[in-house]
Formats: sequence, C-alpha cells, structure tokens
Amino acid sequence: MPIQILMPALSPTMTEGNLAKWNVAEGDTISAGDVICEIETDKATMEVEAVDEGVMGKILIPGGTEAVAVNAVIALLLEEGEDKSALDMVEMAGQTPKSNPAPVATDSPAMAAHADPAPVSAPAAAAEILEPEYDGPMITQTLRESLRDAMAEEMRRDDSVFLMGEEVAQYQGAYKVSQGLLDEFGEDRIIDTPITEYGFSGLAVGASFAGLKPIVEFMTFNFSMQAIDHIVNSAAKTLYMSGGQMGSSIVFRGANGAASRVGAQHSQCFAAWYSQVPGLKVVAPWSGADAKGLLKAAIRDPNPVVFLENELLYGTSFEVPASEDFVLPIGKAKIERTGTDVTITAFSRMVGLALEAAELLAAEGISAEVINLRTIRPLDTGTIINSVKKTNRIVSVEEGWPQSGVGAEIVAQVMENAFDYLDAPVVRVHGEDVPMPYAANLEALTLPTPEKIKAAAKAVCYA
Amino acid sequence: MAKATQAKAAPANSTAKQNKSTDGSAKKTARRRPGKAQPPASAEDLLGFYRDMLLIRRFEEKAGQLYGMGLIGGFCHLYIGQEAVVAGVHANALPQDSVITSYRDHGHMLACGMPPDGVMAELTGREGGLSKGKGGSMHMFSREKNFYGGHGIVGAQVPLGTGLAFAHKYKKDGGVCYTYFGDGSVNQGQVYESFNMAQLWKLPVLYIIENNKYGMGTSIQRSSSTTELYQRGSAHGIPGTQVDGMDVIKVRDATAEALEHVRGGKGPYILEMLTYRYRGHSMSDPAKYRSKDEVSKVRSEQDPIDNLRQMILSTNAADEATLKAIDGDIKAIVTHAADFAKASPEPQLSELYTDILVEA
Ligand SMILES: Cc1ncc(C[n+]2csc(CCOP(=O)(O)OP(=O)(O)O)c2C)c(N)n1
Ligand SMILES: [Mg+2]
Repeated sequence: MPIQILMPALSPTMTEGNLAKWNVAEGDTISAGDVICEIETDKATMEVEAVDEGVMGKILIPGGTEAVAVNAVIALLLEEGEDKSALDMVEMAGQTPKSNPAPVATDSPAMAAHADPAPVSAPAAAAEILEPEYDGPMITQTLRESLRDAMAEEMRRDDSVFLMGEEVAQYQGAYKVSQGLLDEFGEDRIIDTPITEYGFSGLAVGASFAGLKPIVEFMTFNFSMQAIDHIVNSAAKTLYMSGGQMGSSIVFRGANGAASRVGAQHSQCFAAWYSQVPGLKVVAPWSGADAKGLLKAAIRDPNPVVFLENELLYGTSFEVPASEDFVLPIGKAKIERTGTDVTITAFSRMVGLALEAAELLAAEGISAEVINLRTIRPLDTGTIINSVKKTNRIVSVEEGWPQSGVGAEIVAQVMENAFDYLDAPVVRVHGEDVPMPYAANLEALTLPTPEKIKAAAKAVCYA
Repeated sequence: MAKATQAKAAPANSTAKQNKSTDGSAKKTARRRPGKAQPPASAEDLLGFYRDMLLIRRFEEKAGQLYGMGLIGGFCHLYIGQEAVVAGVHANALPQDSVITSYRDHGHMLACGMPPDGVMAELTGREGGLSKGKGGSMHMFSREKNFYGGHGIVGAQVPLGTGLAFAHKYKKDGGVCYTYFGDGSVNQGQVYESFNMAQLWKLPVLYIIENNKYGMGTSIQRSSSTTELYQRGSAHGIPGTQVDGMDVIKVRDATAEALEHVRGGKGPYILEMLTYRYRGHSMSDPAKYRSKDEVSKVRSEQDPIDNLRQMILSTNAADEATLKAIDGDIKAIVTHAADFAKASPEPQLSELYTDILVEA
C-alpha cells in the first residue's frame, strides 16, 4: 500500500496552512531527507523532508493551495517494488485520510483531567514528625559556633560534603562562621571561590548531580539573586525533570534578612521568594539548637535546602546540645512558649522579638503561644492550625515584605483550614513595604518590634 | 585516502585555527596538520561514524514528522546538520566521562548510547520516556550513561558541567566532562565565571562550542564582538582550537588532542566546532534571517553524512550494498522508536506529584 504523506503542523496550535510549492514531481525518486515541499503559515515557513524513500506516486494537493488542514493526505509515495497500480488500490479501498491524532491539546487525558473535579491531589501531609527527645549534655556557644560545629561534624561523617564560597577558607569566613575548618579539612574541601555567585552556584549544583554534597555559603543572601537561576531552575527541578533519576543534595546557606545600617541592597528577607518553589526546602533557624540541629539535617537531606541565617544572631549565645547526633527534623515547627489567648508565628530573629512581646502581653494578662516556624517550606501547617484551634486568634510576624509573604501564606492556610475557629481576622506584622532605608531612625521604623507585635496581638484579642 | 574528500569537506567559512595566545609552543609545532599526517580511519571506524550520524539524522527527521502530526508539543530543537560534532567527540569517550548540553540534545543522547525508544517517547511525553514524560525534549538524563541533561536556560549547562568536572577531580575518577554550548550561549556571563574557576582549579572539562552561526535568528556577527570563539578562553589562559565540525574525522582527532591536555591534568580546553543547523531553531522558525541558498550550499557541499559516504565508497572501505544495509538497520531502529513513542501510554496522573523531593 502506498505511503500517505500528511500535511504537517508547524506548531501544536496550527490547524491549517498553505502548501506553497512542491519541490518534486510525480515519478521522481525520493530519498529520506529530501525536501519535497514547502508549507507556510502567517508566522513561518517550513521545508518538508521525506521520511521514507520511494517514488512520488501522486500529488493530491497541488502547490499554491491555501488552507490545507493539518493531517490531510497531500501525496502518495510508492514504496520499492510498487507501481502506479498501487495508487488505484488506495482509491478502490476508499481510503480517506487516516485520521491521525488531532493536534495534541484537544483530547489528551491531561486535558480531560481538568474537567474531572478531583483527578489527583497533592499527597496529604506526611505523618506527624516528632522532635527527638534530648536530655544529653548542653554547652553554651554562639550561633556562629553552632553552625561551624554542624558543618564540621557532617564533614567528618561524610567525605562527599564540602564547603565553598567567598572568603570561607583562608579568611575563615566573612562572618567567621567557617573558623578553623580550613585547618581541619584542607583546601580540597574548604574552597575559596572567586566573586562569581552565578558561576560557583552552578558549579556546585553540577557537582551535586554527580553525587557530591556541597554547602554553598553566600556571604549574604542578597547576592544569591545572581545565582537564583541555578537554585530554582537547576537544583530544584532536576529531580522532577529526570523522572526521579537524579537530583541535587545541596545546601545554600548564609546570612539573610535585615542587617544593621547597610541600606536597601544588603537588607532583605528571601524566605518568601524561595518558599514558593516546589523541589526546594527552606529552613530559617532562630536558636543555637535550631541552627545546629537543622543545618545537620539540611546537609544530610537528599534535596536542595535553602538555609537562611541571620547576621544579627551570629554572636548571640545559646544553650546547645553537645551531641553529634543531635539532628532536628526539617518541616517541624517548635512551640517556644505555650499560651491560650493568641498564637504568634515567627521565624529566625523574629522569634526572639515574639517571645519578648509575649512577656509584655503576659504583664497585661494575655497568654500568647509563640510558634518558631523553623522551616518555611514545607511549612508545618499542622502545628499552626492546632494552635489556632486552641487560641482562636493568630498574628504572623516576619521582617520581609507583606505582599505574597510568609504571613500571606499563613493567612491563606488558616482561612482554608481553621476558618470556623477564628474569633478575629488574622493580622500580619511585617517589614514596611519599602526598600530598607539607611537612616537609623527610618530603619528602626521599618522593622517589626516587640511593641508592634504586642499591639497586633492585642488587636486580635480586641483588648 | 583523504585527498578528494578533504577538499570537499573543508569548511567554506574558515580554516581550522589554534589559539596562539596560550599553550606552550612545543604543543603548537607538535600539532597535526589537517589533511597531512592524519592516520586513516579504519573501515570499521568509518562505518561506525556513518551509523552514528545516520541514526541521529533519521531520528531527527522522524521527530520532525511526529511534531508535524501533533504528537510532539512545545519546543523541539533538531540537530540535523551538526551530527559530526557529537559523533566525532564521543568516539574518544571513556565510560567514566560525563556529558552535559543544552536543549538541542537528542543527538548527544543518541551518541551516548541512550535508547532511541526512550528518547522518542520522552518527546511524545509518554510513560516510556527517559524522564517518564515529565521532562520533554529539552530535559532528559541518564545516570547509567553519565548524561546530565538537557538544559533549557541558555548557558546554564556551562557551570553545571564545570561542577561535574569538579566532581571528577574531587573523586579522582579520571573522568572528563564534555560541556557543550552554542555560539549564542558563549556570551553569557556565567561562561566566563566557569572558565575562570576551571582554569584556576585545573578542572577536567572539555568545553565544546557548537558554532552553528546562529542563536535563534541572530547571526554570530550580530551578537558577538569577536567571532573567533576558540579564543574566548584566552583571558583565562585556556587553550582553544577551531575545528571543521562538518568532518567527523577532524572532530575526532581534534578531540583526542584536546583530551591529552585535559586528561593530563592541565585543566580545561576549548574546541570551537564550526557547524551548521539545517532546520529552524525550533519547529516554527520564520527563517527570514538567512537565505535558502546559504542553507542549500552547506547541505550540498559540506554535509557530514554525504561526505563520509563518499569517502567510504571512494576508499573502498565498504560498498553500496553495505551502506544500504546500514540504512535499512537505522530505518528499522527509528521506526521502532516512533512506534514505541506512539504506543507508550501517557504518564499516570499520579505521577504529577512524584519526584519533587527525595524522601529523606
Ligand atoms: C537565559 C536564556 N535566554 C534566552 C533564552 C531563549 N533562547 C533559547 S535558545 C536561544 C539561542 C541560543 O543559541 P545558541 O547558543 O547558538 O544555540 P543553538 O540554538 O544554535 O544550538 C535563545 C535566545 C533561553 N532559553 N535562556
Ligand atoms: Mg547557535
């Protein structure tokens, strides 16, 4: 049976086009790859190459014909050994154009799925993650020491873990977080990079594809904007795009959020930005124990983790578990203070402010429950919702901007999951919606304070 | 053997050049002169190249056809015309080496030995595709073959490939990463960030610039302040060579020479492959940026497959019947791939939420 040559589509949305001209005539011998005709739409022209070889038997649609439907039979090709009589067979058999699948979009099951009310849904939240009990020895150390210890312990444990970033080795870290690591691990594993965030982040992601476990230090997360393409497009999506074959076990860490008097380009919070991306985990520790337990978890995690530290906390001392086995679960919030009247959520440095606000509120007879989110993605909505069911009131605190912020997400979650439990609308406390000013008085005005948090809590309590 | 064919296959635009600003002079004098002392490829090698290149060409033609039938959606960047580059480079690969490239990736995957069925079924977005239908034409990977994609952001594969090379060095596994990118990508800032680190840390990476003269509709003359791309590493002291990328034997030999440098622990090397893309950038390409004559001239004078075929016949490496048998084999492989890609079901809807995170 002769081979039917069909009108091709130039794009998935094309339904018809012009058959501009034939480059071959009936009777011509054709090899695969020969240009046999040209088709055009208002947007583009395309040369059509033969896929099969044979002799052009019959041209059914002449050159110059406009509005030829996609998949219409435009010619018949005789295969080796066939002669013209084979063409009659086509007519006798009453062969109409084999109806090939119409352009993809119309009838695919994926499209049908949209009509189906609930074809598939995100897997339900995993079973309750429990924080391990720890009653071992504690030490007092600064937060930067806790971060350093976490990295050192994990590097001792796993040869494939290494640290790279600007000034991490010889200078001992721009904020002295990597103090002493070069001495212990050598320059093959503690690597000073050039000032090329885009390049070294891409390089680290490539190394993670090959099974290494890089820790990339951004001097501050402000500079991660130059590397965001590799964090989002290369690290977060490869597992999905490869159908699970390869992913990226990597930690991007460094100082995030407002520092002090450094102006607009060096003071902003990226928690909400990264938390939008499926395929990433986003962690923001507050205490020394958070920092140590969560950084160890992040390094061990087989996925890309964005680990947001805060410069203003680096020198703060906390009581920290001394054990090398102290690892906290990612995805689990911590209730830092229990209360009954109002829930306050916060992360990173804002947890300290929220705890201060709780003290102020207690003095006025209001019992606040403070939740340290610890992980922004996946957000521990279970802990938040359970708390709201108890207190019926909630305030979210973050230092970032309000629009599409972490607070906005919490509002949505509470509305979707605990609407009937609310006794007041949710209030968000956040950084003012402006680039960070330099002047001391204006900067102070921009950020949340314990007083602002207290006022918000009182507002939702109608107190 | 190569006289007649050499003359024919010589690139119309430029002769092969080596970067003079770097690399020791000993190397320069030791360099093989094209067309003179080249060891004649064995008949077996020639037929191997013929097979490899023909598979890519027929595969891509079939992909174009399936696209025309609406079975492939979105972007589909064909490699037709550039086959000699991957075929020649890959002839030098060792099992521990790794490969990474852009979205114009079907040829690279076939050259790495990834299954045509799986590649084609990924193009049609089916369960049997190499990424279970979730990656598409631009995003396929293979742990087994050390093929790391398939990247859709222009230039992104360059630091990623440099990182794969970093891992080769870290693990001391003796591998080299072949990092392919285009003449349009070569102007991305991240390329130079990568060159700097690769040379600084002497990473085993072979940068292969596939200069097919255009990035979408913009010719290299309109996008690049300097068009001698093999020299783009000179600011970092990285040696480079310009190669006639339409001649598979020259590609193979230039790669072998560059690999001596890279495997010898001397750091990265740049190969600029002068090549040409016959088809549009993706499927719907208005093709107003170049003339039909330009395309047909390259096709008739420099086609890597036609020229190899001539060489095989004129040197009696094989006869018509042998080549015809190969043609038949390839046709069967490609037909099988297309049938597989049509028959494989679309992914289960439950796949939507898998492979987002690895369970810790
Ligand atoms: C960062 C980025 N900018 C723009 C694009 C859109 N784009 C896709 S391919 C392409 C041209 C690239 O040309 P070249 O590097 O020469 O590769 P070729 O397509 O010729 O193989 C452009 C501009 C993109 N994918 N990524
Ligand atoms: Mg190009």
